[in-house]
Amino acid sequence: MSASDSPVVPLVEARDIVKRYGPTTALADGRLTVLPGESHALVGRNGAGKSTLVRVLTGLEAPDEGTVRFDGEPAPALTDRDAWRRKVACVYQHPTVVPELTVAENLFINRQPLQRGFISWRRLRGEAARLLDTWDVRVDPDARTADLKVEDRQMVEIARALSFGARFIILDEPTAQLDNREIERLFARMRGLQDSGVTFLFISHHLQEVYEVCQTVTVLRDARWITTAPVAELPRAALVEAMAGESIEVIAEQGLRERAVDDAAPVLLDARGLTSEAYQNVDLTVRRGEVVGLAGSSASGKIELAEAFAGLRTPTGGTAELDGERLKFGSVQAALGAGVGCVPRDRHEQGLVAGMSIGDNSTMTVLDRLGRFGFIGTDRKRGFAAELIDRLDIHAEGPEQPVSALSGGNAQKVVMARALASEPRLLVLINPTAGVDVKSKESLLARVDSAREDGTAVLVVSDELDDLRRCDRVLVLFHGRVVAEHSAGWRDHELIASIEGVDHG
Amino acid sequence: MADTKAPPVKPVRVPDARSARAVLVRRARELALVPALLLLLLLGALLNDSFFTEDTLISILASSAALAMVVLAESLVLITGKFDLSLESVVGVAPAVAALLVLPAAQAGWGTELPAGLALLAIPLVGAVIGAFNGILVVKVKLNAFIVTLAMLIILRGLLVGATKGKTLFGMPDAFFSLATSTFLRIPLSVWVAAAAFAVAGLVLKYHRVGRSLYAIGGNLEAARAAGIRVDRVRLGVYVVAGVLASLGGLMYTGYVGAIGANQGQNMIFTVFAAAVIGGISLDGGRGTMFGALTGVLLLGVVKTMLTMAQVPSFWIDAIYGGIILVALMIARLTTGRAQD
Repeated sequence: MSASDSPVVPLVEARDIVKRYGPTTALADGRLTVLPGESHALVGRNGAGKSTLVRVLTGLEAPDEGTVRFDGEPAPALTDRDAWRRKVACVYQHPTVVPELTVAENLFINRQPLQRGFISWRRLRGEAARLLDTWDVRVDPDARTADLKVEDRQMVEIARALSFGARFIILDEPTAQLDNREIERLFARMRGLQDSGVTFLFISHHLQEVYEVCQTVTVLRDARWITTAPVAELPRAALVEAMAGESIEVIAEQGLRERAVDDAAPVLLDARGLTSEAYQNVDLTVRRGEVVGLAGSSASGKIELAEAFAGLRTPTGGTAELDGERLKFGSVQAALGAGVGCVPRDRHEQGLVAGMSIGDNSTMTVLDRLGRFGFIGTDRKRGFAAELIDRLDIHAEGPEQPVSALSGGNAQKVVMARALASEPRLLVLINPTAGVDVKSKESLLARVDSAREDGTAVLVVSDELDDLRRCDRVLVLFHGRVVAEHSAGWRDHELIASIEGVDHG
Repeated sequence: MADTKAPPVKPVRVPDARSARAVLVRRARELALVPALLLLLLLGALLNDSFFTEDTLISILASSAALAMVVLAESLVLITGKFDLSLESVVGVAPAVAALLVLPAAQAGWGTELPAGLALLAIPLVGAVIGAFNGILVVKVKLNAFIVTLAMLIILRGLLVGATKGKTLFGMPDAFFSLATSTFLRIPLSVWVAAAAFAVAGLVLKYHRVGRSLYAIGGNLEAARAAGIRVDRVRLGVYVVAGVLASLGGLMYTGYVGAIGANQGQNMIFTVFAAAVIGGISLDGGRGTMFGALTGVLLLGVVKTMLTMAQVPSFWIDAIYGGIILVALMIARLTTGRAQD
């Protein structure tokens, strides 16, 4: 570095990274060059390949092709965890500390200072306090780690990484669980650490944070490297365009199928001032036959809000009325009774009982209608299920087939069938087309259209623009507040800009 | 390279009073059962004049020693986040194998008539082998710990009944009973051994890297792995150690009873889990101390003795004992303020 004209050796350089998982290519052309001392942003929509790149950069997985170099030297072998720890560390959204142990012990886990073979707790505490002081982390070393706030836990993990000698820290959506003041404190700390020579790779869905704290940004899209540029030279519109892959002019055609929502149609769902940890003071109305979309990043609170209507969560404040009747929160039974049908967030986790048949799964919500005194009429159930299979175009051998044998698309149709079985007045769909193929997607979305024609009110929560395009209007949540409303015919970049929070505060 | 170590110069923080209080609270949780234990002793003394005598107290300890060893064993497994139900069968099988090795064929033995010392060595060996077998199935083959050890519980019980043809083994050399019969300061050797085992386990769990790694593994497996702990090896080792400890518990039990019945240790696992959970060991792993487990054992021992001294009809004693365990769990939940997950 003595000669001023010689280029700076990048701290981290990943080239031509290819990573496949079975038939899917998670990363087709991953590139990243991080210079020492900078804060480098890595952005891209869900599935763009960010997490895969992080796994390769932290040595959790070897790339199928391509090279990773640290300080110009090849990356250590995958099995040499100690060597990796000295190069790089990642602070994930989920904690990698042991909750029941103290902060001090977590910092020195499995390398506790010994005295004649036994742990010296006095020295352990002393060294932990010194380490925390060195990096100005104001956390009590004797505190139980489970009791820490998220921001403190993140700082402890950063301090631990620094104590191994790593000076390259990856922060994977560190702001997702923080409120605004905590985010400001995190950024202040990042700047402080940057001044003392720490380099960051910062991953966030919130583009304004990128502009606030980073100097360089790399964009991934569809598993490929798109661009790397100083943030100062990349205006927001260009950044959104790089992420969305569509220029602002191209999209004029999209989503222009206007649908006449009868403004006089009665309001079916009327929510006022809904508040919980994930969202604040949300007002929301859905009319008969109207489809309303909820968009936002994963930390926006959109899923928590939708789950409240389905009885899966209890907001701390606010009310919701369905057709004039007060909705009872926190009870799925009550929500079903009131006429709410729901396609839950994750079909594997909440949607289906894999070992049971299509018939059992699809009629799970309506068993009381299929027989008397809690007994279930087998024939009636089979008939009911057969009708649902037919109506939803589920490709299956019959009602007796277990759902575990179905493809993702058909399994999701069973979940939809279950939601429709109770003939709901309000249909809440959370990620209704996640992980399904194009044809199933169309058929699922066609259900939304026919539900609308029947006069059902539909609430669609999704990360997929195709799902949201069907909506009469889309509300955008950002950090738990409704920040924008787009009526049908919005352009992709407009919606993405409000989801990423670049068109406001 | 990492040549930029100059940290920002910032005032050094002085630990505040809050941390001292936090330490106190943690201590208090560990000692949660002590007041209950004292209360029970007081209650026992009030109800029965002969309760608070040296004889009674020693007999409580003597009758708890075998249970204590198995609770210790189970606690170690639980802290790593696993299960071992088969320990109660180890309590029967391990000393029975040793007895069968010494006894002549005429006394239902195998006729090998090994010297007593050698046969006694077989006890921890049997415990270790069973523990290793469990450990391999659970840790390496990744079978469900609950079911594997439940199956082992049944298999070992069946083997014991089969090998003894359901008969009670007796007439073993005195060495088999010396743990319970010989005393030091009027207290049986088995109590001293159990106390020493608890002390060593407590020290290792607190002051040794291996001990701390049990908590790390049970608390957050991935974090432990990322910290370079050899997770599988530690878990397997814990199963082996647990088998050995339970087999020693079996020897103590044999000495206490004076013979080996085909049902030795049967249904003990219920009491073992109750003592561990009452003592603050989490069934989810990563939480609990040896001191807590010990207070759990003593609490149940005191209760059992009190019931016997109160001359509760033996037909009812199990129902009442079970009920008291349930109540103790509820009280422990209230005093520790923690979910017993």
